[in-house]
Amino acid sequence: MIRLLKVSKEYTRGRVALSHVTFQIKKGEFAFLTGPSGAGKSTIMKLVFMEERPTSGDLWVSGVNSRTAKQKEIPKLRRKLGVVFQDFRLLEDRTAEANVAFALEVTGAPKAMIAPKVSRVLAQVGLAAKATSYPSELSGGEQQRVAIARALVNDPMVLLADEPTGNLDDRATRGVFQLLRDINAAGTSVIMATHDLDLVRRADFRTIELNHGRIVYDSAETPREPDAPQT
Amino acid sequence: MIQLALRETVTAARRAPLLTALAIITIAFSLYAFGLFGLVALNIRQSIRAVEERVEVRAFLRDSSSIYAVDSAMAAIGKYPEVARVEYVSQEKALDRARSEMGEFSDVFDQAVLPASIEVHMRAGLRSPETVAAVAKRIGSFPIVDDVRYGEEWVGKLYRLRTIASFVGIALGLAFAAVAVIIIGATIRMTVLAREKEIAVMRIVGATDSFVRRPFLIDGLIKGVFGGILALLMTWATHRTVNEYFVQTVFFDNRLMLVGLLAGAFIGVVGSMVSVGRQLKRI
Repeated sequence: MIRLLKVSKEYTRGRVALSHVTFQIKKGEFAFLTGPSGAGKSTIMKLVFMEERPTSGDLWVSGVNSRTAKQKEIPKLRRKLGVVFQDFRLLEDRTAEANVAFALEVTGAPKAMIAPKVSRVLAQVGLAAKATSYPSELSGGEQQRVAIARALVNDPMVLLADEPTGNLDDRATRGVFQLLRDINAAGTSVIMATHDLDLVRRADFRTIELNHGRIVYDSAETPREPDAPQT
Repeated sequence: MIQLALRETVTAARRAPLLTALAIITIAFSLYAFGLFGLVALNIRQSIRAVEERVEVRAFLRDSSSIYAVDSAMAAIGKYPEVARVEYVSQEKALDRARSEMGEFSDVFDQAVLPASIEVHMRAGLRSPETVAAVAKRIGSFPIVDDVRYGEEWVGKLYRLRTIASFVGIALGLAFAAVAVIIIGATIRMTVLAREKEIAVMRIVGATDSFVRRPFLIDGLIKGVFGGILALLMTWATHRTVNEYFVQTVFFDNRLMLVGLLAGAFIGVVGSMVSVGRQLKRI
């Protein structure tokens, strides 16, 4: 479903963010992307989300090659992907339900189906009682749940979570992580970028570890680059 | 979708009323400066045109000229492409004119002093010194014509003034328009930046670029139109004040007012399009 083949990404002034990265994520899989800051986790998320394009190599998401994808194909592809960020990225002047509904409205969903779908997904993330609360009235964990609800409301194939627990305390972290596991158990693939090794160790999911833009460990032992350093 | 775009526009205006008001006022003042310039240019042009109307070639006739010779000369001159109309001024009429124009010397004039003449009025756009001189020369070749006068010196000066006014008008007009576009563009950019997060969220959830642009284009259009109306009102108030206390001036006709409003709307839409386009590339 998601496949990276010898993907490299260089930014201006020659800064290498990713170097010859190859891996594949199957349908229904849960995978951690780990590694220190600057290892390339967020770059992979941006490439998968087609916010950026690789400098070289190929990347396919749901059959769409990011190198050849037309600009107008990208919004449609993004509707198949849910994205969650460390900083939640909620609209402060809208209630939780309005934030979630916004994701349906901008994709032109029929008006009649918006309210029931929003209620269902808010109930799924355990926030049915706080539907009319504004982000400022919610805790960090609750705000992240709203962000997850917004990512889920379009029934994505994959949920991309970029450090979703980075701003949360232990209790909220456990809650959000459990929610991601539940979502995965229901059939949605999840790619979670995190530097929280405790969280990674506690769960028995595939782990892809990055360092300096290269894969240094993949628990699924995906084919390695010949020049990739062995661990 | 349009309904949602309109709702987003209203929501944004309600969320940041000060920024919205500031944007409209900035657009209004930029267009007001341009409008004032337009008003000055329009009035200068009107004044020059009024003076130009007085550009005429006067052919003084020999006393012995027969009425038939005068008639045929007038008919021939009237057919010149540069000539708008030809008028015969008899000795009596010339005397009446002189007496009314110089009242205190009215007794001095004697009928015999003033010859009959033909007044030749030039067509608009064909009043350059060269054209007037050429027509005067042709008229002078008629045997019945004794002398031809056309105010050679002041026609030259008027023509130079008109040319300078046109060039300065175009240069200043372009400069004012450029300043208005830059200021309005920067103002709209500010409102787009204030909604940066919203644009980012729209893209995250899969909104197309045209969908993201739509509320901003409506926003730019509304601000441009309101700014244009406000600018027009301020220009009109200034025109009224000038008329009341200083000098009589003319105001824009309906067509020019509509052009002003459309210019406001156009700058608003284009400013928004450019700003959102830049933002979309950045995010």
